[in-house]
Amino acid sequence: MSVLDIHDMTVAYHRRPVLWDVDLVLEEPRLVGVLGPNGAGKSTLVKAVLGLAPMAHGTVRVFGEPVERVRKRIGYVPQRESVDWDFPVSVLDVVLMGTYGRLGWCRRPGPRERQLARECLAKVGMEDFERRQIGQLSGGQQQRTFLARALAQQADLYFMDEPMAGVDAATEHAIFTLLGELRKAGKTVVVVHHDLRTVEQYFDYVVLLNMRVVAAGPTNGAFTADTLRRTYGGRLSMLEAVGDAVEARERA
Amino acid sequence: MNAGCFLVAQASSLGERVADRSFDFVQAAAEALGVPYNTLLVLATTALLGAVSGVVGCFAVLRRRALVGDALAHAALPGLCVAFLLAGVRSVPVMLLGALASGVVGIGAIVALRRGTRIKEDAAIGIVLSVFFGAGIVLSSWIQNSTATGNKAGLDSYILGKTSGIAAGDLVVVAVACLACIALVALAFKEFRLVTFDAPFARAQGWPVAVVDFGLLAMIAIVVVIGLPTVGVVLMAALLIIPGAAARFWTERLWAMTLLAAAFGLAVGIVGAAASSRVERLPTGPIIVLVGTLLFLISATSAPRRGAVARWVAARRFARTIAVHRLLCEMFEATTEVASDWRPSEHRLAIAEARRRGYVRPAADGYELTEAGRAAAIDALRDERLWQAVLVEYPELAVGAADPFHASASEVLPPAIIGELTERLRAAGRWPEELRAVAASGGSP
Repeated sequence: MSVLDIHDMTVAYHRRPVLWDVDLVLEEPRLVGVLGPNGAGKSTLVKAVLGLAPMAHGTVRVFGEPVERVRKRIGYVPQRESVDWDFPVSVLDVVLMGTYGRLGWCRRPGPRERQLARECLAKVGMEDFERRQIGQLSGGQQQRTFLARALAQQADLYFMDEPMAGVDAATEHAIFTLLGELRKAGKTVVVVHHDLRTVEQYFDYVVLLNMRVVAAGPTNGAFTADTLRRTYGGRLSMLEAVGDAVEARERA
Repeated sequence: MNAGCFLVAQASSLGERVADRSFDFVQAAAEALGVPYNTLLVLATTALLGAVSGVVGCFAVLRRRALVGDALAHAALPGLCVAFLLAGVRSVPVMLLGALASGVVGIGAIVALRRGTRIKEDAAIGIVLSVFFGAGIVLSSWIQNSTATGNKAGLDSYILGKTSGIAAGDLVVVAVACLACIALVALAFKEFRLVTFDAPFARAQGWPVAVVDFGLLAMIAIVVVIGLPTVGVVLMAALLIIPGAAARFWTERLWAMTLLAAAFGLAVGIVGAAASSRVERLPTGPIIVLVGTLLFLISATSAPRRGAVARWVAARRFARTIAVHRLLCEMFEATTEVASDWRPSEHRLAIAEARRRGYVRPAADGYELTEAGRAAAIDALRDERLWQAVLVEYPELAVGAADPFHASASEVLPPAIIGELTERLRAAGRWPEELRAVAASGGSP
C-alpha cells in the first residue's frame, strides 16, 4: 500500500491550468522535497492533495484511501503568511489546535492534550514561549510554532508549505533535524522547498515540478544537472542564482 | 400565496400570545425589583442585545465579516416593509422574519456578485447595501403615504432605532436569541477559534469550514435582525463591531476578548438606551453608537500595550535607548573616531537619559563616562561589532536573528562563531577591551 498516490491530477484556477496530469507515487516513508521555479504549482500540489484547491481532474489516495477518510493521519504546515499573526491566541493555543482533529466536535482540549502540546513545543525548542501572543514571536519562532502544531496532530504523513521561508539558519537546521527524526520514526514528510543548495543534504526523495512533474525519485538519481535544467530552464536557473545572490545581499 | 398568508397569520398570532405571557412576566419582575415596567423592559432588552452583539461581533471582526453584518442590516429594510404589507398590521415577529429573509437574499446577492462576476467583495457589499437600502426607503415612504395603516407601521423607527416601541415580546425574542448564540459560541468555541484563525488548516484537519462559517453568519444575521427595532438598520453594524474591536485592545486571549466584548456591549446598550430615553424624540441607534465610540476611543488610546499612548511611550523608550547606546559608544571612542553630528535637542535628551541611568556625569569640559557608563559602553560596542561582523561573514545566520537592541549576539549565535569573530576583531584592533586600554592611556592609536 502506497503512502501517497496522486493519479492524473489537473488543477486550474479561473480555467487556467496550474498543474497538468500530475502522477506521483510514494511507495514508502520518505523525506520529500518538492522543488521548482516560482509559479510551478508547488503549493498548489499540496493544497490540491489536502482538498484546499479544486481539482479539475484526477484522484488522490493516501494510505490507499480517499483523503477525506484519513485526515486524522495527515499533518499540515501552511505557509506562514496565510494567517493573521495579530490574532488573539497564545503559542500554546495554536499548538493545541493540532489536537482538535482527534478531539472532534465540542470537546475541549484537556490536560492530556496540554501535555502533548507542551512536548511538541519542547521538540521545536519553544517551551519557554507557550504563553506569548503569537504576534510577539520572530519569524523563525512563528514557523516553529506551526511545526509544533503539526507535530501535535500525531500524523503519519505531513505536508509542509515553505517551512523555511524567512527563518534564521538555526531554525532551519533545527527543523530539519526534527524532520529527520520523523522520517526515522517511519513518517513521510513532503516539504515545499526553494533552496536548491540544501536539497541533497536534507531530502532522500525529490519531486521536480514545473506545472508537470519533470522528475521524481530518490535524490541521488532524480536531482541532477539535467533534470534541474529541464525544470528551471538554462537561463532561468542562472537568473534565479543571481536573484538569490542579490536577495541575500539586500537582506544582509 | 395562500400558504404564505397562513404562515404569516400563524407567526403573527404566536407572536401575540408570547407577547401576552411575557408582559405578565416582565411586569412581575418590575414589581419585584421596584423599577418602572418600561425602564426594566428597555434596559433588559438593550443590555442583552449589546451583550450578544459583543460576543458574535468578536468573531465577525476576526473573521473579517464585519461589513457583511452591515450589508445584512441595510438589506433587511425592504423585507420589513414587504412583511408589513403581507401581515397588514404592525407585528414585530412577522416583520423581523421579513427582515431576516431579505437580509439573507442580500447576502446571497453579495455571494452571487462575487462568484458570478469579477467584482471584489467590498464593491459587492457596497452595491448590495445601497441598492437594498434604497429600495427599502422607497417602499417605506410609499407605505406610509399611500396605505391606510401605513402611518401606524412605525417603519421610520426601524431606520435609526427607537426604545419607546419595545414591547415585552421583543425582550423575549432578544433573550432567546441571546441565549442561543451564547450557547452556540460556548459549545463550539474551539471550532470557531480554529476556523477564524486558520481556515485552510481547519479544512485540512477535516473540519467542515463552510458549516462553521455558516454558523457564524447565521449568528450575525440573528443578532442584526433582533437589533433592528432598537438600533435601526443604519447603525446596527456598529453595535456588532465596536464592542469586539474595543475589547481587542485590552487582551491577547480570545476568550477574554469575547467576555470583555460582551461586557462592553452590555454597558453600551444600557448607557445608550438610558441616555436616549431621557430625551424626547432622540433616536436610540445614534446614541448607542456614540456611547460605543467613546468606549472605543478610551480603549484605543489608553489600553496597556496595544493602546496608542502605551505604544507611543514604548516607541519613545526605544528611541532613547538607541540614543543612549550611540552616545555611550561615541563618548567611549571619542579619542579614536569622529563624533557624528547630533541634532542639539536629540543630544540634550540623550545626555539627560544617560545621566538618569547613571552613565555620565558633568566634567570640566562637558560630560564624561562614569564607571557604569564605561562598562555599558564596552558591552554595547562589543555587541555592535559582533553583529556587524556576523552580517559580513555569516549573512545567512543573521537573517531573522540580528537584533542588536534586544538580544546579545553571544546569546543567539553558536559559541564557535562568536570565538572566531572575536579573534578576528581583536586582531584588527576593533575589540572594545583593547580599545579601553587605548582610551585609558589617553591615546594615539
